[in-house]
Amino acid sequence: MNISLFLQMAADADANRIGLVCDGRRWSYGTLLRAAQGAATLIRESGCTHVSLLDESSEAATIALFGAALAGIPYVPLNYRLADEDLAGLLHRIAPAFIVGDTGRVERLAREDGHTVHSRTDFVGKAERTAGLIEEGEEDVAVQLFTSGTTAAPKAAILRHSNLVSYIVGSVEFGSATEDEARLVSVPPYHIAGIASLLSTTYAMRKVVLLSAFDPDTWLAAVASEGVTSAFLVPTMLGRIIARLDAGANAELSSLRSIAYGGGPMPRELIDRALDLFPNVDFANSYGLTETSSTVAILGPEEHREAHRSSDPKVRARLASVGRPLPTVEIEIRDEEGRPLPAGERGEVYVRGDQVSGEYRERSALDAQGWFPTRDAGYMDEEGYLFLAGRADDVICRGGENMSPGEIEDVLLTHPAIADAAAVAVPSLEWGETVGVAIVVRAGQQPPSDEEVKKLIKDRLRSSRVPERVLVLDALPYNEMGKLLRREVRNLFKG
Amino acid sequence: MKPGTKLKSTVDDTEVMVIRGSDAVVECGGAPMAEEKPGQLGTLNPDFAGGTMMGKRYVDAAGTVELLCVKPGKGSLAINGTALQIKDAKPLPSSD
Repeated sequence: MNISLFLQMAADADANRIGLVCDGRRWSYGTLLRAAQGAATLIRESGCTHVSLLDESSEAATIALFGAALAGIPYVPLNYRLADEDLAGLLHRIAPAFIVGDTGRVERLAREDGHTVHSRTDFVGKAERTAGLIEEGEEDVAVQLFTSGTTAAPKAAILRHSNLVSYIVGSVEFGSATEDEARLVSVPPYHIAGIASLLSTTYAMRKVVLLSAFDPDTWLAAVASEGVTSAFLVPTMLGRIIARLDAGANAELSSLRSIAYGGGPMPRELIDRALDLFPNVDFANSYGLTETSSTVAILGPEEHREAHRSSDPKVRARLASVGRPLPTVEIEIRDEEGRPLPAGERGEVYVRGDQVSGEYRERSALDAQGWFPTRDAGYMDEEGYLFLAGRADDVICRGGENMSPGEIEDVLLTHPAIADAAAVAVPSLEWGETVGVAIVVRAGQQPPSDEEVKKLIKDRLRSSRVPERVLVLDALPYNEMGKLLRREVRNLFKG
Repeated sequence: MKPGTKLKSTVDDTEVMVIRGSDAVVECGGAPMAEEKPGQLGTLNPDFAGGTMMGKRYVDAAGTVELLCVKPGKGSLAINGTALQIKDAKPLPSSD
């Protein structure tokens, strides 16, 4: 199996149909396929072991993804927002790679690694001018994505061609989109949702309108100018779009028929507001992970409207659910010993199915029966609706970006006046979750000001780690085993 | 037939990819399919000329075999002379 099949089928069915609109240029499936075939030749000739993208979204992402598949080389898009030190580490791990995008940064950070680098324009131009490969490559791994590295070095999650083909063929009907449909994609190319978007739209033959990066005004303008009919958003993006509309932004959104969202917790107020604001739009909440080839559960449009209208608290509560498993996926909630739990009881979410890889370069996380422990905490109600309740390991998920409390706490503890510290997730309307920190001050010291604490984090870590709230406590709550009771710390922020 | 194997019709243009396989021999247009296209096409059996459709999945009654049509043709798919059926899948909302 090979994911390049999707582009080949779309081009076979209608080579002249427009599949991608990006930066003013319109790409037909035939043109995209020829460019991907040319890219495959370039990739194969480079002798590299990985294909990478270090760039914002563009046609180069589509061409590199399918080109890598045709060449039989794993595609490893990297997060261009990473700090130099972290990025250098990842570049070293994929060497020698065929890298498209920020050539200057690769040369500065990884000169010794033997990478082959191309700027975006250079790559796309060469791919279009190069003849295609005769022999399709044979390789199991289609895509490798580095996890956000919450406690240790980032893990290299791998998705095999068979995982992604199972996911797409099992959940998307080939060629089911009509020619007037257009899907606006604004998620980053290094995120599983960005990759799944390119695959599912190609297979459905649904035209993609690709934004280089998300901005609410650009998004609104693209909906109007391209007659966009559907979009995928992370909750933070939806919040920003609504904020612009509330501020009186000029918007023509009558073409919009559906919005899918996922990637992080959706605040209840926000989805209620969106359902009121767009009464004719179908909303779908999708839950999935990198290791599961994207979506494993969906809360569909009808379920959104039913919950939104209902006066029954049980039905209303479903707006906070991520829906029910796909027909091709099994989901179980298990306790700490791995025993299945009945409906209503909170435990860890386990997933099984052909699309679930659960595999890292270093090891597979699947159990003997093929179940993947997601590390997400949650429960299922009697009707089989899945509710998530944070990360099993207390990762903070801010606007779709996972961050480890540990890295924030380590920096806080470098402050001479801070004796103990805990970073926890605090609910946020804008971000889903944001950072709250509780600190304990050393005896005889003055507590640092909020500004001082924020500056300390800002100077040492990425700005997303800066706490929104700082609490000063006499002591942090620990259990008898000396384990920090994070839930109690989180409760302190609820007041 | 291993998942991922591509089978080609020996009497028309049909090509399928095996999603789920067994040891059964798949026929198209009344003739066994093969991994390599023959130099010259055989004759289409009019009893198996219903046609295949691009992108549709075909299954046997027991659900042991599932094939994805990646190139359509004039023949229809069968195992031991029993026609395969198009897999009926409930459409899902597009989620990413």
